[in-house]
Amino acid sequence: MFEATALNRRNDRVQKTFRLALGGMTAILILPVILILGTLIYKGGPVISFEFLFTGPTQGMTAGGIFPALLGTIILVVVALLASVPLGVAAAIYLSEYAPDNWFTRTINLAIINLAGVPSIVHALFGVGAFVIFFKFGTSILAASLTLAIMTLPVVIVATRESLQSVPMAFREACWNMGATRWQTIRRVVLPNAITGILTGVILEVSRTAGETAPIMFTGAAFFLPLLPQSVFDQTMALSLHLFVVSTQVPGMPEHLPYGVALVLIAMVLLMNSASIALRMYLRGKKKW
Amino acid sequence: MVSPAENAMPAAGREGRVKVGVRDLGILYGAERALDGINFDIREHEIFGIIGPANAGKTSFLKAVNRMDMFNSEMTVEGTITFNGLDIRKVRNVYGLRSRIGVVFPLPVGLPMTVYDNVALSPRLKGQNEKAELDVIVERCLRRAALWDEVKDRLSSLGSMLSGGQQQRLTIARALSQEPELLMLDEFSIAVDPVTTMRIEDVLKELKSEMTIILVTNLVQQARRLADRTAFFLEGKCVDVGITEDLFTGEVSDPRTRDYIEGRFG
Repeated sequence: MFEATALNRRNDRVQKTFRLALGGMTAILILPVILILGTLIYKGGPVISFEFLFTGPTQGMTAGGIFPALLGTIILVVVALLASVPLGVAAAIYLSEYAPDNWFTRTINLAIINLAGVPSIVHALFGVGAFVIFFKFGTSILAASLTLAIMTLPVVIVATRESLQSVPMAFREACWNMGATRWQTIRRVVLPNAITGILTGVILEVSRTAGETAPIMFTGAAFFLPLLPQSVFDQTMALSLHLFVVSTQVPGMPEHLPYGVALVLIAMVLLMNSASIALRMYLRGKKKW
Repeated sequence: MVSPAENAMPAAGREGRVKVGVRDLGILYGAERALDGINFDIREHEIFGIIGPANAGKTSFLKAVNRMDMFNSEMTVEGTITFNGLDIRKVRNVYGLRSRIGVVFPLPVGLPMTVYDNVALSPRLKGQNEKAELDVIVERCLRRAALWDEVKDRLSSLGSMLSGGQQQRLTIARALSQEPELLMLDEFSIAVDPVTTMRIEDVLKELKSEMTIILVTNLVQQARRLADRTAFFLEGKCVDVGITEDLFTGEVSDPRTRDYIEGRFG
């Protein structure tokens, strides 16, 4: 009584074809990732050592480690986050929870989304004009970090706004009905349930910031520095720029060294992405409605 | 034939202080009219039923009483509503007004926090942070909402994970934690099984001695079981208002009320 009709067989054939095609596309997508990671680990792996990570470059950067660049990248990202996260989250809360839904708010939202699409080299030039020259920070960690912060702001705002808006309206209404002010509602009900999305957005942003080269090249990252930076008004080395330098600018570079630098940079990004995923999974386990 | 406004005047032997007075109330969403020309008084310690089909303006009425129009720029309220004799639109401290009014929604809204925190939220909003005090309030409110026995061992589990009927009693407990003078229930039994509905109805009968209750319902028989007086809303107008038993025994000012109550439409 359950014999397959011609239509059943045809549907089954089509479904198998699509499964194969979609699976194949996924495989093609994964292949480059595996190739890149494999090459980096194979060629760069032998260079990695405690010394490589924690000493400075020597002999015109053809030997020694990458410590100043590694530290520089961490400092740049941390200072950038200190500027962009409070500003971005605050703006997102205002836009999502307070701003009336009118043409003006919609224009601001559109502007923010467009800002995310501005090429990083344009942000770099803006950084030079605004922070290096106008605010007289000079080429410094502060100028470079603020440039990175401007670049990451739209993504922080969009990620925060989206996670705020994923909190059901009924929760807010229930809270308002009890006589809570908007801020009490945000603090007690909205933020605790949006924090997962906000954190995920921020961490993903960190990993992108760590790899950026253009915005810091003219604003605060240096080719080579013999000393570590002493304050935010000093220049610093950075991993991304260092990779560019050792790959293309230095003659007589041992083959494995650039691969080692790239491996460290990628490992840093992967580590932060995994941390973001782990955090999300941990917090999601606690949030249910 | 008696007009709704005259019918709203205190009937002999049933006089009580006016808790909520409604005069020429109209509500618009943009240009669309949701309520028009509503006049009646809701007295202290009565259960005031509001019945009527969908889109009659019942929920809009509750929103207006709680000044929720402030959160909706589309919504305009005409006429006046008084609470304890004060025009609610002249009340500067709307938070104070809202905290005196408990609201229960059609679909239970268990906030995504623990059972304990759900009930402790309102006292905390008012600045009560002492654990011992909160413990007392939480237990009292959960007991009154007939939920304590079922959740006393899992006060720290998520309120939003309770069953629908339990969540609805949780929202009632949360409303009671406000120590409200007025409790407004909006079709509370939609997502609740019949047994739980009866338990909540018993709770409401007890609460009547302490507060005024507005019961919006689309179950005509529920209004008959609970409400002292009932208003019948239809297409944004208050067609009839009077003592519930009178409406059910046929003493209506508009034939449509009888048709609705007897189930001929709606």
